[in-house]
Amino acid sequence: MSDLTLREAAKKTDLLAPGHRLCAGCDESIIVRMVLKAVRGPTMVTAATGCLEVATTIFPYTAWRLPWIHSAFENAAATASGMEAAWRAMRRKGRGPLAKYETLDIVAFAGDGGTYDIGLQALSGALERGHDFTYVLLDNEAYMNTGIQRSGGTPHAAATTTSPAGHVIPGKREWKKPIDEIVIAHEIPYVATMSAAWPMDVMRKARSAFEAEGPAFLHAIVPCTRGWRYPSEKTIEISRLAVQTCIFPLWECRLEEGRPVYKLSAASAAIARRPESKKPVEEYLKLQGRFRHLFRPERRDDIIDSIQAWVDHRWQMLLEKAGF
Amino acid sequence: MMKMEKQILMGLNGDEAVAYAVKQVNPDVVAAYPITPQTIIVERFSEYVADGLVDTEFVAVESEHSALSSCVGAAAAGARAFTATAANGLALMWEITYIAASLRLPIVMAVANRALSGPINIHNDHSDSMGARDSGWIQIYCENSQEVYDACIEAWRIGEHPDVQLPVMVCLDGFTLSHTMENVLTLPDETVREFIGERRFITVKGHTGEAELRLNPEAPLTMGPLDLQDFYFEHKLQQVEAMKHALRVIPEVDAEYAEVSGRRYGVLHPYRMEDAEVALIGLGSTMGTVRHVVDTLRSEGVKAGLLKMRVFRPFPAEELIEAVGDVPVIGVLDKAASFGAPGGPLYEEVKTTFYDEADRPLIADYIYGLGGRDASPQLIRDIFRRLEEIRARGEVAEKVSFVGVRE
Repeated sequence: MSDLTLREAAKKTDLLAPGHRLCAGCDESIIVRMVLKAVRGPTMVTAATGCLEVATTIFPYTAWRLPWIHSAFENAAATASGMEAAWRAMRRKGRGPLAKYETLDIVAFAGDGGTYDIGLQALSGALERGHDFTYVLLDNEAYMNTGIQRSGGTPHAAATTTSPAGHVIPGKREWKKPIDEIVIAHEIPYVATMSAAWPMDVMRKARSAFEAEGPAFLHAIVPCTRGWRYPSEKTIEISRLAVQTCIFPLWECRLEEGRPVYKLSAASAAIARRPESKKPVEEYLKLQGRFRHLFRPERRDDIIDSIQAWVDHRWQMLLEKAGF
Repeated sequence: MMKMEKQILMGLNGDEAVAYAVKQVNPDVVAAYPITPQTIIVERFSEYVADGLVDTEFVAVESEHSALSSCVGAAAAGARAFTATAANGLALMWEITYIAASLRLPIVMAVANRALSGPINIHNDHSDSMGARDSGWIQIYCENSQEVYDACIEAWRIGEHPDVQLPVMVCLDGFTLSHTMENVLTLPDETVREFIGERRFITVKGHTGEAELRLNPEAPLTMGPLDLQDFYFEHKLQQVEAMKHALRVIPEVDAEYAEVSGRRYGVLHPYRMEDAEVALIGLGSTMGTVRHVVDTLRSEGVKAGLLKMRVFRPFPAEELIEAVGDVPVIGVLDKAASFGAPGGPLYEEVKTTFYDEADRPLIADYIYGLGGRDASPQLIRDIFRRLEEIRARGEVAEKVSFVGVRE
C-alpha cells in the first residue's frame, strides 16, 4: 500500500457515490470513501443497519458502486462470514460465479451499536472462525440513526438521549467499552485505529486489512455533528483533536508469532516521543455540545479530571504495549 | 417406479435423511448451530465435511441468528446455502427468516420441530415452525424419513425456480422422525446432482442496468436497501405473487422428481377420502398414525378418511376444497396452540378456505400433542368418535378441543 499516493487515490473513483443523504459534515462517508480507495479489486460490502445504510440506499436510489447488502443490525459479521464462505467454497470447487476471483475484499461496515452492543456476539464468532474479511467499526459513539442513544461505545459523561445530563446524573455513568482489546484478544492478524484527519493513514491501514489473511478490524473514530453537537465544518478538527489529546490514539496491532504487536502510528508516535505535545482532553471536550454540561452552568472539574485520568491511564497502557 | 432399481435402501433417521440428502446436493455453504433434536443433522454433515465427501464450506456459527445470517450472505453471494434448526433456534432466527424471504434468497432449512420454550421442552410439536408461518418461507411438513429425504432434494428446485425465488423450510417432527430409524430409498449422487443442477439466477433491473440477482462485482446491485412507504408494499406484493407461483411450481417439481424417484407427493395427500363421512386433516408424522387408524376404522365399517397437508405455505386452498369434496365432517389436527386465537393455525386456514363454499363441511379443531404428548392410535380413534357424533348431531358443539391433556 505504500505505493498508493494521495494523487493516485484522488484519481480513483469513489465507490460511495456523492448524492447520498448522510448529514453535511458526517465523518462516516469520509471514512468509507477512503477505506474503499484501498480495495485491491473485486469487492463486496455488507453494512449493518444504521445511518450509513439508511442514508445511502433509500430505494430506488443507491450510492454504492459495488455489490452491497444490508441484512440486519446485529449480523454484519455473520453476513460477511457467509459471503466469504461462499467465495471460499466456489474457489475450492472451481465452480460458481465467484470461483474466478483470486482475491475478494469483503468489507463489513457497522456502527458502535452494531459492534459494541447488539453485534458483539456475531463479531466474536466471525473473528474466532477466522473468516478472511475486514470489519470496519464506524464509531460515532452512540445510536445516532435512532436519535442519539447511548451505547457501549459512548464515552463517560457524554449526554445522549438515554444518558441525558440531568440534575443528578451528569451524562453517561459508565466508561467506553475497550472494544479493541476485546477484538485483539481473538488473536486476529490485524487491528488498527483510524481518524479521517490522517487520510493516508486510513487508506494504508485499510489496504493492510484487506491484505491480511484472516479477519481484520478497523476502528475509526467518527465524529457526528448531530450527536456530538458541533458545527459541521469541525468534523476533521475534532477527528484530529481526538488523536492529539490521546483519547483516541492511532496505532495498529499485528499478530506476530502468536503475540499482539502494537505499533503507534505517526501522529501518536510523535506524541509518545514528545509527551509535552499531548493536548489536554478538555480541548476535545469543550468543542462538543454533548459535554457542555461539564463546562456550564458551572465547571465540573471533578468529571473533566476523571476523564483526563482515564485518558492518561489508557494512553500509558498503550505506550507500554507499544514498547515506549 | 421404473427407476427403483437404481436406488439404495438405507436405514436412516430423519436427521440423517436430511444430512444425506444435503450431502448429495453438495451445497456451497452450510451454516448451522446445534440444537436438540436437530443436532444429528449438523453432526452427520460435519462428518461428511471432515471426510472430504462434500465441497461445502461448513460454518460452525456461534448462534442460530448467525447461522441464518451467514446463509443470507452466502446465498446473496450466489451460493447454495443450507441450515437446520429447531424450536428456540428458529425463534432466535426470527428476524432473519423474514429478511431471507424478502431478499428472495432460496435458502433451504430443515426444522426438526420441537416445542418452543417455555417451559423448556425438547419434544415435538409445531409451535416453532407455525410461528414462522408468516415469514415468507415455503413450508413442507414430512410424514416420515423418506419424505424428509425427498423434500430436502426437491426444496432446492422449488426455491430456486425463477418464478419463486423463496427460501424453503423442510419440517420434520422432532424425535418421532429426527431420531427414529426408518428405511429410506436414496437416489444415486449423480441423479440428485443432475436433478438439482446448478443454481440459476433471475435478472433484475439494477442501478447499473440489468443484473443477476446476486452480489456480483461486475454488475453490482444494492440488496436490502431502505424501502419506505413508496415501494415496500409493492415488494411485499411480489412475495405474495411468488408464493402463488410456488403453488404451481411445487407439483411441477414433484412430477419431475417422480420421474427419477418413483415417488410423488403433491401439495396434499388424500387417503380414503372418496366416500369418507368423517376425515382428519393434519401435518407431519401423526398422519402415519391417522392412516393406521383409518384402516382399522374402515375394517370396522366406519367411513373414515385422512387428508395430509404436505405443504402448509403456500396454503393449497383450492386443492383442499377439491380433496375434501363431499366429506361432511372434518376434524383438524393442530399440533400448535395460538393463544387467544379462535383456534389452531391449521384450523383457521381450513375454516377460512371453506367459508365461501356453499357446501362446506362441519369443521372442528383438535389441538393435541403439545410438548411431545403422545398421539396414540386411541387418541385418534377418540377424535374420530367425536367426529361421528358431530355428524350424527349435524352441528359442531365444541369448535376447539384440547385432546390428550389433563384438565
